[in-house]
Amino acid sequence: MKNILEINNVTKFYKNSVKALENVNLNIKEGEIFALLGPNGAGKSTLINSICGIVNFNTGTIKINNMDIVKNYRTTRKITGIVPQELNLESFETVWNNVNYSRGLFGKKTDHNYIEKLLKQLSLWDKKDNKIKELSGGMKRRVLIAKALSHQPKLLFLDEPTASVDVELRKDMWDVVKKLNKDGVTIILTTHYIEEAEELSDRVAVINDGKIILVDEKDKLIKKLGEKTIKIELFESVEKINGNLSKYNFTLDQTNKIISHTYNLNSNTTDITELLNDVKKDGYKIKDINTEQSSLEEIFIKLIQENNNELVRN
Amino acid sequence: MNWYGIKAIYIHEMERFRRTLFQSLASPIITTSLYFVVFGSAIGSRITEIDGINYGSYIVPGMIMLTILTQSISNASFAFYFPRFTNTIYEILAAPLSSFEIVLGFVGAAASKSLIIGCVIILTANFFVDVRIDHPLLMMFFLILTSITFALFGFIIGMYAEGFEGLQIIPILIITPLVFLGGSFYSINMLPEFWQKISLLNPVLYLISGFRYSFYEVSDVSLLTSTLTILTILIGCIIFITYTFSKGYRIKD
Repeated sequence: MKNILEINNVTKFYKNSVKALENVNLNIKEGEIFALLGPNGAGKSTLINSICGIVNFNTGTIKINNMDIVKNYRTTRKITGIVPQELNLESFETVWNNVNYSRGLFGKKTDHNYIEKLLKQLSLWDKKDNKIKELSGGMKRRVLIAKALSHQPKLLFLDEPTASVDVELRKDMWDVVKKLNKDGVTIILTTHYIEEAEELSDRVAVINDGKIILVDEKDKLIKKLGEKTIKIELFESVEKINGNLSKYNFTLDQTNKIISHTYNLNSNTTDITELLNDVKKDGYKIKDINTEQSSLEEIFIKLIQENNNELVRN
Repeated sequence: MNWYGIKAIYIHEMERFRRTLFQSLASPIITTSLYFVVFGSAIGSRITEIDGINYGSYIVPGMIMLTILTQSISNASFAFYFPRFTNTIYEILAAPLSSFEIVLGFVGAAASKSLIIGCVIILTANFFVDVRIDHPLLMMFFLILTSITFALFGFIIGMYAEGFEGLQIIPILIITPLVFLGGSFYSINMLPEFWQKISLLNPVLYLISGFRYSFYEVSDVSLLTSTLTILTILIGCIIFITYTFSKGYRIKD
């Protein structure tokens, strides 16, 4: 499959000499969903904004469909759409005017039929005459997507598309993204949610401190990241670890009543059943159980720290 | 040229003007009427004529110029600062629009609003005094050129302003005093010689003088000097905006 986006040695300094991107190299294949992951301030938004022309980068080249985005900005921007992280909308404008305005900006003739179809697809049609200030956060997010799609782009950037969105709406958004991709739109998204990257992406890149430190297929990466923690709350505190529980490598909280045990989801077997049986065998009564999965950001920070430590050691 | 893009910005801005039509028009109409009451009646009873023109009629071009300058600046500065403030500017920057096209959309809309308001003031003035326009084409030339030039100036303010208060500083502290001291309500020939010379350093004097010539064929300075002055300011604004956009300063940091 051919590359729709090619980023070569891109570096970006902000005016206070802060280096936001350092020699970034990345190729995106046409038709894929690509997740760009990394902690806050890693350079995800700066990279997206550089590709879309919202900020100027200092060195390197970016090509869309083999065309330089600086020299051929008219052609490349016509096929590019962006949904920003923040809900940046004009509060006093109607949904209809907002979306038609975006289409015009991108040099497309008014097409009320297409905009109607788009708003229906995003469940916004009955809100078309509402002012933005009257909409919920989730609806505003949909308006941003409608604006980005108003000129029928081939390459769509979604910067944290489901940030501050409830679970139900997040699933709806995923359906929208999958449908768009099925219709031939290449999608690049940034996210903090492991489920989102798992659910949507074909490939994943990790960016830290302005550098791409890892590009891999999603399935391979998830094997490296699938850690989960089970927390078992007991009625009585654990005074001394002996008996059956001594074979586990778990931690206790300050009250000695909550056992935290970390396991890998991707291994063929987990020892959770055995652990629960041993808790019972040692005479403890279980009050509550819950599981926690590290956010992708936390996992990546860990990966990044390991990466940094390795560099220092070498 | 991305004509659809320019049209989108223009219509978007004119739509804002339509939504606030009452405030946009009521303010200049009331202000103009007050000027006629205060200057026309109070001062006009003492100064009956200047250069053979009734005082009330004499101050009409100055009043129009005062409104055009302040409206052009405030419309354009607000129009460009507002998307910066709300961060909606991202889609203008991401769109296939050149700097020239972005400026054309915003400045075109701001200048259009000023022209509409300028025409409303001329109509309002007719209720109070006789307004004669000896050279309508020249009058339109000055009106349009001044609207565009000061809309460009307002656009620069919109690019550099750090907050809403920043939009007001130059219009209030510089433009309004320059207009008042630029012969809006008097002829500089009425001033002592020293102040006449000082007044010649005020660029707004040349705009008002040229504009007044198109109405009554009277002026403080030559028509050619007035035309060259406005063209110089226009070219200066264009060069400044082109340079700022090319560097991306304050827009594409």
